[in-house]
Amino acid sequence: MAEAAIELKGISKSFGAVRANRDIDLKIARGTIHGIIGENGAGKSTLMSILYGFYQADRGEIFVNGERAAILSSSDAIARGIGMVHQHFMLVHNFTVLENIILGAEGEPLLKTSVAKARAELERLERDYGLEVDPDAVIEDLPVGLQQRVEILKALFRGAEILILDEPTGVLTPSEADHLFRILRQLKDEGKTIVLITHKLREIMAVTDNVSVMRQGALVATRRTEETTVEELAELMVGRRVLLRVEKGPARPGDFMLSVRNLTVEDSRGVKMVDDVSFDVRAGEIVGIAGVAGNGQSELLEAITGIRRAVSGSVTLDGEPVELTGRADPADLRRRGMAHVPEDRHNMGLVLPFEENENAILGYHWQERYLKGPFLDIEAIRRDAQDKIEKYDIRPPDTRLKTANFSGGNQQKIVLAREMEQDPKVLIVGQPTRGVDVGAIEFIHKRLIDMRDQGKAVLLVSVELDEIRSLSDRILVMFAGRIVGERSPEATEGELGLLMAGVEEEKEAAQ
Amino acid sequence: MSAPYAKLPAWADYGLIPLINLFVAFLVAGLVVLLVGENPLRAAVILVEGAVGRGQAIAYTLYYATSFIFTGLAVAVAFHCSLFNIGGEGQAYVGGLGVALVCLTFDSLLPWWLTFPLAILGAAAFGAAWAFIPAYFQARRGSHIVITTIMFNFIAASLMVYLLVNVLKPAGSQAPQTRTFLEGGQLPKLNWMLEAMGLTVRSAPFNISFLLALLAAFLVWVLIWRTRLGYEIRMRGHSPRAARYAGVNEVRIIIVTMLISGALAGMMALNPVMGDQNRLQIDFVTGAGFVGIAVALMGRSHPAGIVPAAILFGMLYQGGAELAFEMPGISRDMIVIIQGLVILFAGALEHMFRPTLQSVFASFSPRSVGIEASRGERA
Amino acid sequence: MELLNTFIQLLDSTVRLSVPLLFAALAGLYSERSGVFDIGLEGKMLAGAFAAGAAAAVAGSAWAGLAAAVTVSIFLALVHGFASITHRGNQIVSGVAINFIAAGSTIILGQAWFRQGGRTPLVGAEDRFGAVELPFADALSGVPILGPLYSDLLSGHSLLAYVAFLLVPFTWWVLFRTRFGLRLRAVGENPAAVDTAGISVAWLRYRAVICTGVLTGFGGTYLALAQNAGFVKDMTAGRGFIALAALIFAKWRPVPVMFACLLFGFLDAFSIRIQGTPLPLVGQVPVQFMQALPYILTVVLLAGFIGRAVPPRAGGVPYVKER
Repeated sequence: MAEAAIELKGISKSFGAVRANRDIDLKIARGTIHGIIGENGAGKSTLMSILYGFYQADRGEIFVNGERAAILSSSDAIARGIGMVHQHFMLVHNFTVLENIILGAEGEPLLKTSVAKARAELERLERDYGLEVDPDAVIEDLPVGLQQRVEILKALFRGAEILILDEPTGVLTPSEADHLFRILRQLKDEGKTIVLITHKLREIMAVTDNVSVMRQGALVATRRTEETTVEELAELMVGRRVLLRVEKGPARPGDFMLSVRNLTVEDSRGVKMVDDVSFDVRAGEIVGIAGVAGNGQSELLEAITGIRRAVSGSVTLDGEPVELTGRADPADLRRRGMAHVPEDRHNMGLVLPFEENENAILGYHWQERYLKGPFLDIEAIRRDAQDKIEKYDIRPPDTRLKTANFSGGNQQKIVLAREMEQDPKVLIVGQPTRGVDVGAIEFIHKRLIDMRDQGKAVLLVSVELDEIRSLSDRILVMFAGRIVGERSPEATEGELGLLMAGVEEEKEAAQ
Repeated sequence: MSAPYAKLPAWADYGLIPLINLFVAFLVAGLVVLLVGENPLRAAVILVEGAVGRGQAIAYTLYYATSFIFTGLAVAVAFHCSLFNIGGEGQAYVGGLGVALVCLTFDSLLPWWLTFPLAILGAAAFGAAWAFIPAYFQARRGSHIVITTIMFNFIAASLMVYLLVNVLKPAGSQAPQTRTFLEGGQLPKLNWMLEAMGLTVRSAPFNISFLLALLAAFLVWVLIWRTRLGYEIRMRGHSPRAARYAGVNEVRIIIVTMLISGALAGMMALNPVMGDQNRLQIDFVTGAGFVGIAVALMGRSHPAGIVPAAILFGMLYQGGAELAFEMPGISRDMIVIIQGLVILFAGALEHMFRPTLQSVFASFSPRSVGIEASRGERA
Repeated sequence: MELLNTFIQLLDSTVRLSVPLLFAALAGLYSERSGVFDIGLEGKMLAGAFAAGAAAAVAGSAWAGLAAAVTVSIFLALVHGFASITHRGNQIVSGVAINFIAAGSTIILGQAWFRQGGRTPLVGAEDRFGAVELPFADALSGVPILGPLYSDLLSGHSLLAYVAFLLVPFTWWVLFRTRFGLRLRAVGENPAAVDTAGISVAWLRYRAVICTGVLTGFGGTYLALAQNAGFVKDMTAGRGFIALAALIFAKWRPVPVMFACLLFGFLDAFSIRIQGTPLPLVGQVPVQFMQALPYILTVVLLAGFIGRAVPPRAGGVPYVKER
C-alpha cells in the first residue's frame, strides 16, 4: 500500500467545556477511499474541519504526504492539495457556477482573464470526470445534487489531491448517491484520496476501502472495510448492541382524525413546494412521510400546523375544517388538539435563551392553568415544568437553567414533554431524532409508539428512512412536493428509494 | 452546542462587565479632555462635585435622571422584542404636544392632581401614536424600523416647529412657544424630599414625575417578566420563528411593543414640560431620547439597571453644566461624546473584555466557568 | 427661455445637493455589500467635514483638508470595523455610537481649537475645491438649449463633484469586474463560502469599511470645502441617513444609487426653490413640510410601495464559524 496521504497525531480540540476531539491518531493511505463513521456529535466534522484549516487543533500534529504541515487556515489546506465538500454547501446563492468556482482562486486582480481560463479548465474537468453542469447557471436555480457537483468541481479546480466529503448523501436520493459513489471511485482510480464522513453504515460498506469509527470525540477503531461487518461497526459506534428495530405491536386504527385534501403550498417566489397532496391519518396509527430533504416535507408540516399559508386545499382535524389561509392560527389548532414537534428545534420548537420552564409552556402559555389574569403564574409554570422533567427524565433536572445549556437529546425531550403531555388528538412530528444521542433516540421512539397505542393519530416526517420504516404503520413517499406512493413498512429499502427518487412515478406516468 | 461564551458568575456578568465597559468609556472621554487641553482628573472632580456636591445639584441630577428613566425604558422595552427604537427623541417631542394640549385645556379648570393623569394619558397617547407608523411599516411592510424611526425624528422636528410657530404660539408673541400654563398645569416639586434629608435646595425643577418614572420602571419589570404579553414580547425578540410556531401574532406584538415604547418615550415630556418649563417650547427634549439608548444598553434592558444608569447620566448632565462653567472648553456636548462612548463600549463592544475576564476567572476557579454547560451536555 | 433657465438652475442645484449624498451612499455600498451595515455614515461624514475644515484652515490647502478628512473618516470606519468585525458587536449600535462621538467631538474640539462657536475659520476660495470650468464652457453658452445645458449644468462644479459622479461607473467596475469586487459581494452573501475558499473574512470586510471611510471623507470634504467655506456644527444635517435611504432604495447597486441620490437632491433643491412661492393647486406650502419631505418620502419608499429591497444576505450578522 502506498504511503499515507494524511497522518494525524494526537489531535485534540475543545469548544468551551465540550471536548470535540480527544487525542486522535489517524492514517489515511493515498489513493484510497477512507470512511469516517460515527453518530451525530461524535466529532467527525470537527476533525475534518481541523484538517481543512477551518478550526485549529488545541494539540496535535498533521502530516500531509509525510511532511509536517501547519494548517492555520483553509488556504493552507488548499495549498497542500486538500479540498472539502461541506455538509452545508459553501456556495454563494446568487453567483453563477463559474463565479463560485473561481472565488478565492481567481489568480489575478481582474476577472476577465481568470474567468476565461476557468471556463476552459472547467470544461476539461467536466469531460474527465463526467461532472456536467452549466457554468453560467445561478446556484439557487440548481437542484441540490448539482450544487454538490459544483462543490466537488470547486475542490478539483483548486487542484485537490485529497478530497473530504462531509455527509454528502444527506440531501441526495439513493440513486443520486450511487452516482456520487461512482464519481468517487473514478476519482480514486485517478489516484486521488477520498475521505468520506457519514453516519450511514450502508455507505461505508458500499464504497470505502478502510473505515475509522469515532465515538464521543475519540477514534475507537480503524478497520479494512472488507474485513468488518455492519454489526461490528454499529457496535463500535454506539459502544453497545443497538436495537435495530423498535418493538411494537400491530396498530389498531380508529376514526379519521386528520384529513388533508388537495393541499398546495407555494414559497415566496411562487414555486409550488407542496403540490396537490391528499392523505388521512387515523387514530391509533403512525403515518410516516419519507423523502429526501427539501421535497416539500417542511412546507407540508408548516401548512398543516398553521405556521405557513397554503394556496389551496383543505384540512380537517377531527371532522372540523382547519383554516389554511391568512387567518391560520397555530394557537387555535393547539386548542383543538393538534400538537406539533417541529423539525427545527433550535429556532422554532424552543427559545434557546429562555429558562427551561419558559420553554415548557411555549405555545400553551395562554392556558388558564399558567395564568392569573394577564399575569403569568410563575409557581404553577415551574411546578408543571418540574413534573415533566421527572416524567421524561430530562437532565439536568433544573427548570431555571437556560435551554441552550441542555444537550440536543434533552432539548428534544423538553419539546416532546410539552407537546405529548397536552394529551392531543393529533401529533405532528418532524425529524424527531435529528442531532439526538442514541439513548434519547430509543426513548423518543418508544414514546411515539406509546402515543399511537393510546389512540393518538401520529404524522411522522423524517429523512431517516430507517426511522420511518421502523416506526410507521403506513409510509407515504414525497417527491418534488407530491405524494408519489404509499407503501407498507415491509417495503424494501430499494423500492422506497426508487419512489423517493421519483423514478416509480415516471414509470407509472409512462404507462 | 454550548453558548458562545461559557458562563460567568451572575455578579460578574451583570455588575463587573458593565463597570469595566463604563470605565473604559470614561478613560477615552478623558483623552478627549486632554485634547482640549484640560486636566481630565480635575474635570472629573468638578463633574462629580457639580452633580452631587450640594442639595441643589442632586435635585437637578434627579430631574435629568427622570427624563432618562423614561427614554431608557422606552428603548429597553423595544429591545426585548428585538426592535431598535431610535425614535425616542421624536416620540418624546410629540408626547410634549399631548401634555401641552391637556394643560392648555384644563389648567384653568382643574387642580394639578386631576390634570396630571390626563396629561400622562396625553403624553403616552401622542408618543405611542408617533411610534405607530414606523411600527406598522415594520410589521406589515418589513421596512427597517431603525431607519423609519430616525426619519420620524426629523419629521417630528419639522412638525413641532410648524405647530409652535403657526398654531400654538399666542397671538402677538414672538417666541415659538405656547403660553405659560396656569397652576393647574404645573407639577409640584419634590425638593422638600431632599430638604427633609437635611440638604438645601434653593430652586430646582425636580418634580413628582420622578416618582412616576420609578413606578414606570417597576411596571416595565412586571410587564416583561411577569405577564403573558411580556412573555410573548421576549419570545418574538429571541426567535420570531418560535413566536410564529407558538401562535403569537407577530404584527400585533410588534405594534403593541412599539406603542408601549412610544408611550414611555412620550411620558418623558411630562418632566420638562409640566414639571419645569410649564410651557411647550422648541427642542425641549434636548437629546434625552438618544440618551435613552445609552441608558438601556448600560442597564442591560433591565429596569434595575436602567434606573442607576439614568441617574449616572443625570449626573453627567448636571455635572457637565457645572463643568462647562468652570472649563469653558468643555461644553455640554462633552456628554454627547460620553454617550457615544458608552453606547460603543457597553453596546457594540460589550463582549470585548469577556474572554479575558473568563480566563481570569477560570484560572482562579475552573468550576465557576463552563461547568454548567457541560453538565447539560453529558446527559 | 426663462423657464429653461429656471429649470437648468434647479437641475444645477440638484447636482450640487446630491454630491454629498452620492459620496455617502457609495461609501455605504462598499461596507454593506460586504455584510457590514453602517448607520454611522452621518457621523463619519460629519467628522470628515470637520477635519477638512480644520486642516484646510490651518494648513491653507484644500488637499490637506481632504487628506485629514479621509484619515479621520477611516479611523472612525476602523472603530466600526473593530466593534462589528473583530468583536462581532451589534452593527447598528456601533453605528449609532459613532454618530454621537462625531457629533460631540466636532463641537468640543472645534470650540477648543478655534473658539468660533463650533465653526472652523472661514477658508479662502483658493484653499477650497472651487468651480472647475469645462473647456469651451464660455464659448458654447450661446448655443440654444445645449449651450446652457453644457456651460451651466455640466460645467462649473467642484472637482469633487466630478469625482463623485465618476465614482459611480468606477464602483460598478470594481464590484463586477475585479477579484476584490467578486469577493466583496461573496462575503456579504455567504461569508462561510469565502472563509472555506481560503480568504480571510475579517480582512476583506476591513478593506470594505476602509473604502467606506475614504468615501465618507470625500463627502465631508465636499460639504466643508466645496459647498461651504468651512465647517459649521452639525453641517451634515441628516444627509448620512438620507444617503442610507438612497442606498436601500437603489437595492445596493451603484447606478441606481446615483439616480436615487439625484432624486433626493432634486427634492431638496425643489424645496429650497419654492420656499415662499405658492404652488398651483395646493397654494402656500409650509417651509417645514418641504424640509420634512425627503424624510417622508424615504419612509414611503422604505415601506415598499415601490418595490422591495432585499439586503445582502449576511448583512448585519457578525461572522461566526458555525459548529
